[in-house]
Amino acid sequence: MKARVHITLKPGVLDPEGKAIGRGLAALGYDGVGEVRQGKVVELDLADTEPQAARDRVDAMCRDLLANTVIERYEIELI
Amino acid sequence: MKSAVIVFPGSNCDRDMMVALEAATGRPPVAVWHRETSLPADLDLVALPGGFSYGDYLRSGAIAGRSPVMADVKARAERGLRVLGVCNGFQVLCEAGLLPGALMRNTGIHFVCRDVHLRVDNARTAFTNAYGQGQVIRGHVAHHDGNYFCDDDTLTALEDQGRVAFRYCAADGAVTPDANPNGSRNNIAGVLNAAGNVLGMMPHPERLIAPELGGTDGRGVFDSLVAALADA
Repeated sequence: MKARVHITLKPGVLDPEGKAIGRGLAALGYDGVGEVRQGKVVELDLADTEPQAARDRVDAMCRDLLANTVIERYEIELI
Repeated sequence: MKSAVIVFPGSNCDRDMMVALEAATGRPPVAVWHRETSLPADLDLVALPGGFSYGDYLRSGAIAGRSPVMADVKARAERGLRVLGVCNGFQVLCEAGLLPGALMRNTGIHFVCRDVHLRVDNARTAFTNAYGQGQVIRGHVAHHDGNYFCDDDTLTALEDQGRVAFRYCAADGAVTPDANPNGSRNNIAGVLNAAGNVLGMMPHPERLIAPELGGTDGRGVFDSLVAALADA
């Protein structure tokens, strides 16, 4: 089983990289783009076979290392 | 004073930190590799140096903050051991939960490497007593992720409890947005834990300890620690 974790900055936390990407898009002529927020994706290849157990374990991994919950939020997708 | 410097893969200011500590304390610090599971006995200070531990992978300081040695750093800090984290060391302390908040990408996106003015916001700490309250000193920053962030409640607590040790300021001491090199909340350059025995700061005091290096304004941090120990 694989898990994909999407990590983004929490709403309200300034995202300087997202802003720079937005300015880059505008410079290329892409108008009509509002706020840009960026983040990272972590894919995990898991030995788990039971979805809920896998989700619980990945949630623990997120809290322990993958995300810094002071500034980031995360979403877990099992694939 | 017996001190130790933790060395992570990717640390690059560990030698500078050791030179600064030896100059201030008169004895060479012990270098401790991050895979050690305990610190030497009878330490008075442990320093976490600047650098790019683990290439800043995942988040600056994230992986180093969970290194084997950090469990003992945490345990000893809880018992009162003084801990100084500079630059990447500050990031590691936040990631390890020894200090509140997080260090985010600089608001200007760029890596910032230059001298700054710092205001000593609390000169009654073990790390700052050699300075005057409100004194403006020269600091040097070199970082990409120095933008100090914490939530509103934490910020209020830091301010109310005098836990902001250093703030970025103008030459006259005024705390202005223009003097803020990275977008840190309230121009925060260095913060203390609640007990006052752990300090994290983005500027590098170890880079300003001799006229040959361009200045001596950083010495106060190390002299303060020596004085605090003598008073204890």
